[in-house]
Amino acid sequence: MHELGVVFYIIRDVKAVAEENHVQKVHSVTLEIGEVSTVIPHLLEDCWNWAVKREPIMDAAKLKVEQIDAVTYCEDCKGTYPTVQYGKICPLCGSEHTYLLKGNEVSIKEIEAT
Amino acid sequence: MDEVKIIEIKKSVFADNDADAAKLREELKRKGVFLLNLMSSPGSGKTTTLIKTINLLKDKLRVAVMEADIDSDVDAKKILAATGVQSIQLHTGGMCHLDAEMTRQGLDGLALDDVDLCILENVGNLVCPAEFDTGATKNCMILSVPEGDDKPLKYPLMFSVCDLVLINKIDVAKYFDFDIERCKGYIRMRNPRAEVIEISALTGEGVDKFAAWLIDQVRKQREEK
Ligand SMILES: Nc1nc2c(ncn2[C@@H]2O[C@H](COP(=O)(O)OP(=O)(O)O)[C@@H](O)[C@H]2O)c(=O)[nH]1
Ligand SMILES: [Mg+2]
Ligand SMILES: [Zn+2]
Ligand SMILES: [Zn+2]
Repeated sequence: MHELGVVFYIIRDVKAVAEENHVQKVHSVTLEIGEVSTVIPHLLEDCWNWAVKREPIMDAAKLKVEQIDAVTYCEDCKGTYPTVQYGKICPLCGSEHTYLLKGNEVSIKEIEAT
Repeated sequence: MDEVKIIEIKKSVFADNDADAAKLREELKRKGVFLLNLMSSPGSGKTTTLIKTINLLKDKLRVAVMEADIDSDVDAKKILAATGVQSIQLHTGGMCHLDAEMTRQGLDGLALDDVDLCILENVGNLVCPAEFDTGATKNCMILSVPEGDDKPLKYPLMFSVCDLVLINKIDVAKYFDFDIERCKGYIRMRNPRAEVIEISALTGEGVDKFAAWLIDQVRKQREEK
């Protein structure tokens, strides 16, 4: 849904990095996307393919997505468990005092450029 | 042919916006302006709630409104006509959310020296606005009865960023299988700190509680200085 907004942010960041590093062409951009982030990879790719065409420095850049599994930590039993399967309630002890350790990231890992 | 090099970035896509938002929040605090970010699905009752609430508040606080409904200025005019307070339309260019930069541009269009409370009616949807910090002092969302009591399970991020959840359209609760207590339980699961107020923007029931909450929040922000 807001993948286009995210794509604009990525393009802005990548262009800044490309300029800093004096590169001519960006060939790929690798993202890390958490399993419970609000970004849907295939929609992101559609927006990406549309938006990068308008950016000469990265008009053929490929988008690579690495998914990060979501893991929740339980403050009561100090255990961790997969978020998507069990949600907010700890399957080990039944506590609600849990928080997400990882899995909501939307970040730029690296780019390939010449 | 130049060799391909890999440049490591390791940066959250939202980092710049989060920093912008934090800065805006600080500036607003210094100016003594409380900004409420109001979010919901389309049709949950944001505009109706705003009008009812502002009419209860406008003798006590100087209120302004920023409207971000996509592609229309119907709401900004409606609010001006119904309440007489400063209101402007933000143009999001079809975007499904506002970020801190767009919010700042909107605020620049208001006479902020004459404002205690500014309410931002965000774009209607439960996904995008949750991800983009606008710089608002507090976040509030409206969940209306016809949408169902399981929304906190389906839109966890939205519920986790909200300081206040308004359950609206309680006047029609008897026609829906919406269980208010169950819904509050789900909200607590997502966000134990969120407050919940039940309202009907149509009949006005509970709107006084929301108005009192706002007055209290504005006072708290002032005292923090
Ligand atoms: N029954 C009932 N209808 C409401 C209530 N609040 C809003 N509505 C109606 O819901 C529709 C959408 O409201 P609106 O304020 O425009 O929603 P927005 O899109 O979130 O700004 C309108 O027809 C309102 O009259 C309420 O508390 N009860
Ligand atoms: Mg509206
Ligand atoms: Zn969006
Ligand atoms: Zn546990």
